[in-house]
Amino acid sequence: MSLRSDAPHLAIDAPEAGQTRPTSPTGRPPVRARVVRVARGWWRWLTSMPTALMLLFLLALAAVPGSLLPQRPLSQSAVAQYFADNPQLAPILDRLGLFDVFAAPWFAAIYLLLFVSLIGCLVPRTLGHIRSLRAAPPRAPSRLSRLPRHAELSTDLGAEEALDVAEEELRVARYRVLRKDGAISAEKGLLKETGNLVFHLALLAMLISLAVGKLWGYEGSVLVQEGQGFCNSFQQYDTYSAGPLIDGADLSPLCVDLEDFQARYEPDLTPASFTGDITYSRALDGPDEQATIGINSPLRVDGTRLYLTGRGFAPIFSVRLPDGTELTDLSAPFLPTDSTTMLSEGVLKLPDLGAGRDQLAVEGVFLPTAADMGGGLLTSVDPRPLDPAVAIVVYTGSVGLDSGIPQNVFTLDQERIGRGQLERVGAANLRPGESLNLPDGTSITFTGFKEFAALQLSRDPSQLAVLISALAMLAGLLTTLLVRRRRVFLRPGDKVLEIGGLAQGGSAEPAEFERVVTGISTALAAAGPPDRRDH
Amino acid sequence: MSDAANLASLADTLFTLTILAYSLATIAFAAELAFASSSRPKVLVATDGSEIPEARTGFSARAGQVALGITLLGLVLHGTVLLLRGLAAQRIPLGNMFELATAVTFVGVAGFLYLVIRTPRLRGIGLFVTLPVTVGMVLTGLFLYAESGPLVAALRSGWLLVHVTTVSIGFGAFLTSGIVSGLFLVRSRFDEAGGSAAGVNSRVAHRLPSAETLDRAAHRLVVFGFPVFTFAVIAGAVWAESAWGRFWNWDPKETWAFIAWIVYAAYLHARATAGWKGRAAAWINVAGLVVMLFNLLYVNLVSTGLHSYAGVN
Repeated sequence: MSLRSDAPHLAIDAPEAGQTRPTSPTGRPPVRARVVRVARGWWRWLTSMPTALMLLFLLALAAVPGSLLPQRPLSQSAVAQYFADNPQLAPILDRLGLFDVFAAPWFAAIYLLLFVSLIGCLVPRTLGHIRSLRAAPPRAPSRLSRLPRHAELSTDLGAEEALDVAEEELRVARYRVLRKDGAISAEKGLLKETGNLVFHLALLAMLISLAVGKLWGYEGSVLVQEGQGFCNSFQQYDTYSAGPLIDGADLSPLCVDLEDFQARYEPDLTPASFTGDITYSRALDGPDEQATIGINSPLRVDGTRLYLTGRGFAPIFSVRLPDGTELTDLSAPFLPTDSTTMLSEGVLKLPDLGAGRDQLAVEGVFLPTAADMGGGLLTSVDPRPLDPAVAIVVYTGSVGLDSGIPQNVFTLDQERIGRGQLERVGAANLRPGESLNLPDGTSITFTGFKEFAALQLSRDPSQLAVLISALAMLAGLLTTLLVRRRRVFLRPGDKVLEIGGLAQGGSAEPAEFERVVTGISTALAAAGPPDRRDH
Repeated sequence: MSDAANLASLADTLFTLTILAYSLATIAFAAELAFASSSRPKVLVATDGSEIPEARTGFSARAGQVALGITLLGLVLHGTVLLLRGLAAQRIPLGNMFELATAVTFVGVAGFLYLVIRTPRLRGIGLFVTLPVTVGMVLTGLFLYAESGPLVAALRSGWLLVHVTTVSIGFGAFLTSGIVSGLFLVRSRFDEAGGSAAGVNSRVAHRLPSAETLDRAAHRLVVFGFPVFTFAVIAGAVWAESAWGRFWNWDPKETWAFIAWIVYAAYLHARATAGWKGRAAAWINVAGLVVMLFNLLYVNLVSTGLHSYAGVN
């Protein structure tokens, strides 16, 4: 990891000895030279290790508000709530981009500076490493006894023979060996720097992959009731987000129908599994295929993924108007407000009941297993639909769907109730089959419920590249942390072989040096002159 | 009582016994420090440049050995707690905050014992490992306790084993490393003051292993923990891709994991940079531990996000 531990590798602006800078008549260097010098100074500052460290800390610090303040991409409603709670502060924070930190220009500025700094450091370092991979190990220093590790082996072999034996031994131990001027230099562990560079290059590759995913990726979410379906187009999603370089025509032609949804629970009501049986086709008029998706098991089709991200109940109502008109199978998804009991809230808006007729809205809660808390107040005690009920309040008037202002489909506009545009005309707790009769003769019957699933369709063309980059980072990291770079030098003396060693980066490991010395010592003994061995 | 309930209640008993063992070890380690020769440090240096530790008196040395033995016993009990929790619920015992905190302190103590095996001198920091671990486990038992039970649907994935195990191992290594770096800061300030500083700090400081030993031990643990933690984050991203529909969500837990990763990357860089190695790098390591603890406690207990599996109400 010590990418920049060495001396400055960007010595481009160090003037050659004796070289003079061109000067203007006033004695000051010309503007162009000064600009170049200042630019080089900045470049050197940007690519220095302390600057990179400061940028790393800045990046960490900049991420903090992203976890402490509500973020738009995670929860629009949490941000809206924050605006309501802090009307003075919120707009200021918003202008600073603090509700979408990871897309804020200043966040991008930090990591772009960091990556410019990284590139500025990586390029010369990589070139230098390639050179040193090709070059021979450095020549042995004159006094081996000054090295951190030092040993002397006595031998009866001649100088050249002793070096032959040692060279063979070092090569077997996978050292790169240079034999010159009656001495040996050997080097091992260049892989440490290779791993280091792989880690940082993979980091760059990951950033590029992430950018590609942001530009060409998309995802859309939709609530689908059992028996209904959707096709992959932006118009059909409740919410979607797409990269700037993707348009509707690029979406893969996938259509999905939710046939059946099941939720299973443990005896202690811990959710055990949620699954949806789906039918899908990959192309318009393509053959139908079956699949079951669930939590932790999405459907993967041609690079798009379909997830089951949530679930809930949609109560079904039928409405009989005073003139005898019967409207059946009216339902709307109610959102669970408590995942342990699946108590759910929602509203069924009926804007189109015929000419001249007031609109109707059925607001309320759905209780999968209702329990009476006394006083007509219901609550849910079980997430499974064992004894379902609804508690509803009915309004007539104008729900405002035609006003042109976007509406939340799960709630009624409270201001409309306050202004009298919606008038409360009745309330009741209903079990399946029970009806509420309104004063004007309209009757509303709770007939049952369907389950719905929240489905999300995603495509990220670069996520495999991100994974590969991440694994390459890990491989580089392990290599650079585990491999030690070391050098061993040998020079024969009079009936003696002198050995010196040094390790680069971190603590010198004595064990490895001892292993080398022992190995050479054993080899020398084995290769002793034949006449001695005979005796 | 069913078998599962028996196992779970046995695990609870062993949890208490583990705390008891670590408490006794803490007392014995404290005795080792207290009865060590209280004269000014006489640091002896061997011919090869390595330091010979100050000789401890007979009682002190025996107290230290006893402390180490009890710590090892505690670690065995500690591991058994996790094993029984797993057997009781028929799953990996890493399904809630109680189990996660128990696993992290387990790895932290194991990391300490590993250091002592590698470098026996490091036994001298035992007090500063077993004391915070004991306090941490008492708090875990009081505030994070969760009944042994089945996993929620979202956690039923093979990635739970891969992701949470590696998070615990990385975190445990960072935990002990952060403590060692804290001790390094105490010791190196004492050294800088010429070994003559007054006060409680100095009375403890000169009985600590040398600054270099502490610095190297802290670094070794991060060198181990950082790749493990990196792998844990990658495994988490792979799991998130199949569970939540996106490999990275900037969920609060992910954001703080990102921050922690950057801080530890900065530590490894700083330790190899002139002007940063030594005290500045040690401060970064301590900051890393603060970030990890914040991520465990604040993010799970206070904020809400996708990682809300604490099992604590």
